Amino acid sequence: MRLEAKPAPSLAVTLLFPVGAVVATLVISSLLVLAAGASPFSVFGLVARGAAGSQFALLETLTRATPLIFTGLAVAVAFRAKLWNIGAEAQLYAGAVITVVLGTGALPLPSPILIPLIMVAAMAAGAALLLGPAILKTRFGVDEVVTTLLFNFIMLLFVSMLLEGVLKDPMGLGWPQSQKVIADAQLPRIVTGRRLHYGFVIAIVAAVAVWFVMKKTTLGYEMRAVGHNPEAARFAGIPVNGVLMKTALLSGGLAALAGFSEVAGLKGNLTLDLSPGFGYTGIVVAMLAMLNPLGVVLAAVFVAGIFVGADAMSRAAGVPSYIAQVMVATALLTMVVAIMLTRFRVRWR
Amino acid sequence: MIEAFEILFTASFWVAAIRIASPLIFATMGELICERAGVLNLGIEGIMVVGAFAGWLTVYAGGDLWFGVAVAALAGAAFGLLHGTLTVPLGLSQHVVGIGITLLATSLTYFTYRVVLPEVTSPPRIEPFQPLPVPLLSDVPVLGPALFNQTPLTYLAFATVAIVAWVLYRTPLGLAVRAAGENPSAVEAQGISVTAIRIGAVMVGSALMAVGGAFLTMSAFNSFFFEMINGRGWICIALVVFGSWRPGKALLGAVLFAAFDAYQVRLQQLTGGAVPYQLFLMMPFVLSILALVVMSRRAAYPKALMIPYQKGER
Repeated sequence: MRLEAKPAPSLAVTLLFPVGAVVATLVISSLLVLAAGASPFSVFGLVARGAAGSQFALLETLTRATPLIFTGLAVAVAFRAKLWNIGAEAQLYAGAVITVVLGTGALPLPSPILIPLIMVAAMAAGAALLLGPAILKTRFGVDEVVTTLLFNFIMLLFVSMLLEGVLKDPMGLGWPQSQKVIADAQLPRIVTGRRLHYGFVIAIVAAVAVWFVMKKTTLGYEMRAVGHNPEAARFAGIPVNGVLMKTALLSGGLAALAGFSEVAGLKGNLTLDLSPGFGYTGIVVAMLAMLNPLGVVLAAVFVAGIFVGADAMSRAAGVPSYIAQVMVATALLTMVVAIMLTRFRVRWR
Repeated sequence: MIEAFEILFTASFWVAAIRIASPLIFATMGELICERAGVLNLGIEGIMVVGAFAGWLTVYAGGDLWFGVAVAALAGAAFGLLHGTLTVPLGLSQHVVGIGITLLATSLTYFTYRVVLPEVTSPPRIEPFQPLPVPLLSDVPVLGPALFNQTPLTYLAFATVAIVAWVLYRTPLGLAVRAAGENPSAVEAQGISVTAIRIGAVMVGSALMAVGGAFLTMSAFNSFFFEMINGRGWICIALVVFGSWRPGKALLGAVLFAAFDAYQVRLQQLTGGAVPYQLFLMMPFVLSILALVVMSRRAAYPKALMIPYQKGER
């Protein structure tokens, strides 16, 4: 079996393969639904209705998509430069911690000043967290996959320590949770009575901004060059290590915004279950989007829809909601195969 | 202070250290085999979850303990086959596929758990492997109980290291595996398929990772619960680097690491809550990062690690 490079695929082909990947995912998960003793048609119908069947469902899906857009962007930016940031989960919590530290009354400022300030500080914390593994990679040749993964565990324990220590809410009845952020630090709701908040708008703006950076600036060009072939990039005079550092700062900062928006927009406080794996799911979002920043928005809404829909379906049909995680993981694998097939032709023999 | 030192001379400390080391030894050997053949297997974390669950479920359903170990190994090998197929002939990113396998294996396990046991609040228990004292040797003070009064799976872990080392360095197969990770064209020139060697290595390695997971549910504990692997797989990846891709050194690393882990638990009790327990729990992960930093400078990693091989290229 051999792989032969294909000429650049047309837009139709480029879009055909992701659709194929989604279809393959649905077929595979149908088998699991059958194994669980339910009908795939009714189950997927329930998932779709739970994700987008009503205004409430749709807004819930967009709410769930918000952190995934941020983590998806973080991963897309990093993977484009072949910086394997698997630590978006930790960077998310770094952003959440900063939001709670600054947002619970330490800074008595009006909203228009306080919120941007918290955002910048949160991004700085997330960026700093990824800078460590990036320096270890460039200076010592330590694989950043393993270090960022290990940092996820360290960070979660650190948050646990804070929540049982200095950040513990005295009124929390012993639960490890922080105080709520003050009203001026909260992101307003977009639709009254629904949970969708302005974090979603910030996420869209971030996606457009990242798209602009990647497509229209020198930095974006350099990041793509480093990701494509670091040796060639170095030969062309691009400061590879410097570009990787900037990539790390951008990526870590974006992931931290997920933590910021979840605390300031949705939950109000910090708990240990703030993120049910948004950092890891961001990898799937980024791959489904083929690392395109605007595609990340669509992919995040799609993945969020699966999760929200599966929750609703699980209550109605009794198929475990873990089917959502299985579908998302399957989609990741079918998608990487699909991307490869758009670029290569498989020759048997 | 003296008490903190005395811990090191108690038999129970070393018994715990070897017990904690056992799953790490299996999984580290598994990862080592994969990487020696040129494939980074980040599916390790998920494959350990699968192994832990498959072995436990088999016994829970009435199977024999050893049959459970075999089922765990087969389940691991199946995920290894998937990983190998995607990364070796198709040449897909080993990073992305590995993370994908971990996500898939973990979620599939949780899904299956909920399908098989829809309404359980506390996880059902099985009768796990019991310690099997070796006559005479287990009576040696301190080290006797630690090394010779463990469950059969621990003895198997140590045997695995010897077998892996022997196969890698003393057999033609081992030579082919090592060459596949160093200089795949040379393997192909001998008429041996790099693809077959690499997929085989990933399958065998994944089977060992799964047995490492199964140790937790069938020997260290007696039930399966979510999050039970808790980063052990990632730590094993660090241990492979720490051991410079050599079975003996990796074994040493795993035992040292486990000793440290057993020590921090006892130190935690000794400090009596004066230091936040999370700091102690962080130590294994911090230690892994430190080990990576120290060892990476002179790491003699397999030259073709993470480089897909295409027949006839170059």
